[in-house]
Amino acid sequence: MYHAISEYVPVLILLALAVGFGVVTLLVSFLVRPNDPYPDKLSPYECGIDPFTTGKLQIPVRFFVIVMLFLLFDVEAVFMYPWAAVYKKIGWYGFVEMFLFIVILLVGYIYAWAKGALEWE
Amino acid sequence: MLLEIGIALLKIIVVFALALLTVAYLTYIERKVIGHMQVRMGPMRVGPHGLLQPIADGLKLFMKEDIVPYEAYRFTFYFAPILTLVTALILFAVIPFDKHFAITRLNIGVMYILSIASVGVLGILLAGWASGSKYPILGGLRSAAQMLSYEIFLGFSIIGALMISGSLDLVKIVESQHVWNIVYQPVAFVIYIIAALGEINRVPFDLPEAETELVAGFHTEYSGMKFAYFFLAEYANMIIVCSMATILFLGGWRGPVLPGFVWFLIKLFALIYFFIWVRATFPRYRYDQFMKIGWKIMLPIVLANIVVTGVVMMMVQGG
Repeated sequence: MYHAISEYVPVLILLALAVGFGVVTLLVSFLVRPNDPYPDKLSPYECGIDPFTTGKLQIPVRFFVIVMLFLLFDVEAVFMYPWAAVYKKIGWYGFVEMFLFIVILLVGYIYAWAKGALEWE
Repeated sequence: MLLEIGIALLKIIVVFALALLTVAYLTYIERKVIGHMQVRMGPMRVGPHGLLQPIADGLKLFMKEDIVPYEAYRFTFYFAPILTLVTALILFAVIPFDKHFAITRLNIGVMYILSIASVGVLGILLAGWASGSKYPILGGLRSAAQMLSYEIFLGFSIIGALMISGSLDLVKIVESQHVWNIVYQPVAFVIYIIAALGEINRVPFDLPEAETELVAGFHTEYSGMKFAYFFLAEYANMIIVCSMATILFLGGWRGPVLPGFVWFLIKLFALIYFFIWVRATFPRYRYDQFMKIGWKIMLPIVLANIVVTGVVMMMVQGG
């Protein structure tokens, strides 16, 4: 589209504009807004009482399992995009290859299911 | 050369300004539509029919005190909303509103959208963690798990459409749709819409912000302009997922008589209206049910959809 400049340059300009908007608006609002902190106002939110736990919680391991599953499947998805884009050209050969790949992944998926990684108790 | 750069800059500024304005007015549209659905008037006081309400809201948030809780990690606390907003805004770079009107045209447009969108998850996770308070961290974790899960289904559901269109370039995808992809991929479209609702945390899947359990979720401790950033990002993401649905399944700017961008906007706003309608209609899901639907029902369906699409395409082609 733009022969003189790479097609990624507009993305970078937009990025600079967006970052600029974010930072400058915060800075300008710093000049006009009131600033009157006191300890009660700065305490972590709790409904009408003093907080009795901190925000440094132990994280349930479930979330970690979900992130692992996400990594597996998202890598698969990324692998499938280029395949989908050229699927019409590669025909049955491409189909069989991707089918085998999906089957291998399904084995892992069934294993995760059987082990209870997909349950939320 | 100079003219080209000038046009490119102009496009960026126009899209950026319009995106911000649309996002601001989307809050008004949402309140108005839901108001009328519940036999209320919605905002009426500021300007005729409350038309100046978003500007009043923006100014108010701009003037509000900026509170940083003493347990918060200061730098990350400021960094997270900016990251969320920036990732939402730069997604507009590849959306083709008309055949020749996009900020830029990447041959990996679909990948660009999905990869940048997953950085947005990081902003929300960081916001929850940096607040140093228990409701935000729980909301942030839930939000991250939900968005990551639903991003997978979102990603898989569009593969069918990509196979038919045979490109990752958003402009080429639209040009290939002599018949809209939704005709060949109805299952994928439904899954896409459900996954999109989960991905952008909208009712019935607004679990990170479930008021009854988590106060306001990851932005409980946020106030003033930083809160506004999360709000803007949420609505910008809504526009993006609806634009992607329009491009991938509904034929983008294609349509008779009217100019292209008008068709694009009609389809876009019809989808946005549908999202608001869903919000006015459905109650919230429970978190375990929600994850179960995703991993145990939607994932097998989208995988089957890809295989079936592959077989049928080869049969038709006579490969």
